[in-house]
Amino acid sequence: MVIGLGHYLTVAAVLFTLGVFGIFINRKNVIVILMSIELILLSVNINMVAFSTHLNDIVGQVFALLILTVAAAEAAIGLAILVVFFRNRGSIAVEDVNMMRG
Amino acid sequence: MTVTAAFFYLFATITIASGFMVIASRNPVQSVLFLILAFVNAAGLFLMMGAEFLAMILVIVYVGAVAVLFLFVVMMLDVDFAALRQGFLQYLPFGALIGIVLLIELIFVVSAYVIDPGLIRAPAVPIPAPDVMTNTEALGQVLYTRYFYFFQAAGLILLVAMIGAIVLTLRERVGVRRQNISMQNARTQETAVQVRKVPFRQGI
Repeated sequence: MVIGLGHYLTVAAVLFTLGVFGIFINRKNVIVILMSIELILLSVNINMVAFSTHLNDIVGQVFALLILTVAAAEAAIGLAILVVFFRNRGSIAVEDVNMMRG
Repeated sequence: MTVTAAFFYLFATITIASGFMVIASRNPVQSVLFLILAFVNAAGLFLMMGAEFLAMILVIVYVGAVAVLFLFVVMMLDVDFAALRQGFLQYLPFGALIGIVLLIELIFVVSAYVIDPGLIRAPAVPIPAPDVMTNTEALGQVLYTRYFYFFQAAGLILLVAMIGAIVLTLRERVGVRRQNISMQNARTQETAVQVRKVPFRQGI
C-alpha cells in the first residue's frame, strides 16, 4: 500500500471541514473559534507540504513557513483582542460584540 | 512500505480525532490540549512527507508558543464556559449541513483530480536528495536568497503583531504607588527633615 498525495490531501480536507464545522457549532465561544482557525491553517499547511514533496519543489515548504508565521501573529493579536474585550465587558460571548454598532 | 502505511494511518487518525475533540469538547482547556495533540501528530505527518524542518517548527512554535498562549488565556479569563455552550444543539444541524456539503465537495476533488502532464513544469527549486543536503539547509538556501523579501515581510508581520499585542493589553493602573528613584535621589535634607522647637510638656 503506497501512501501518496491523495492520502495527505484527504487528511487535510477532513481537518479543514472540522475547522469550518467548529466555527459554526461554537458560535458563542471566541476561543474555540480561534482554535478552529488554527485547525484550518494547519490543514492548508498539510496541503502545501504534500504538494511540495509530490512535485519535488521546495518552494511549497517556504510558503508553508510563511503561513505558519502569519498564523502565529494572528493567534497573538486575536488573543490580545480577546483579553481586552474581556476586561471591558466581563464576557467573551460573540453576540455581546456590538459595541461598534452605530 | 506497510510500516509507512501503518504510521501514516496512526498519525492521520489521531490528528483527525483530536481535531474533532477540539471543536466538540466541553471544556476549553481540554480543547487546547487536544489542539496540541493534533499539532504533534501533524508534525509526524510532516516528518513522513520529508519536511523535517517544518515538523520541528510546528512542534516548537505551535505547541511551545501558540498553544501555551491559548492555555494561558483560557485559564486567565474567568468565563462561564457552560453558558457559552448554550445553543450548541441549535447550531448543530446547520453546521453539520455545511460541513457535510464541504466534505463531500472536497472528497470529490481529492478523488477525481488529475494533474495535467502538460501543466507540470520543471520545479522552481528542486528538493535535493537527503544524502546531498538536509532539508533545513535546502530550505535556508532558498529562503535567504530567492525569497529574502518574503522572509523580511514575515519578520515585519511578527513585529507588528508583537507591538499590537503589547499596545492592546498594556494598561496604566491608577492608584498604584511606584518607586521613583530620581525623585528619591532628588530629596535633600531641607525637604526631608524639619527641625522644630518643641515647648516643654506640650508637644507639637
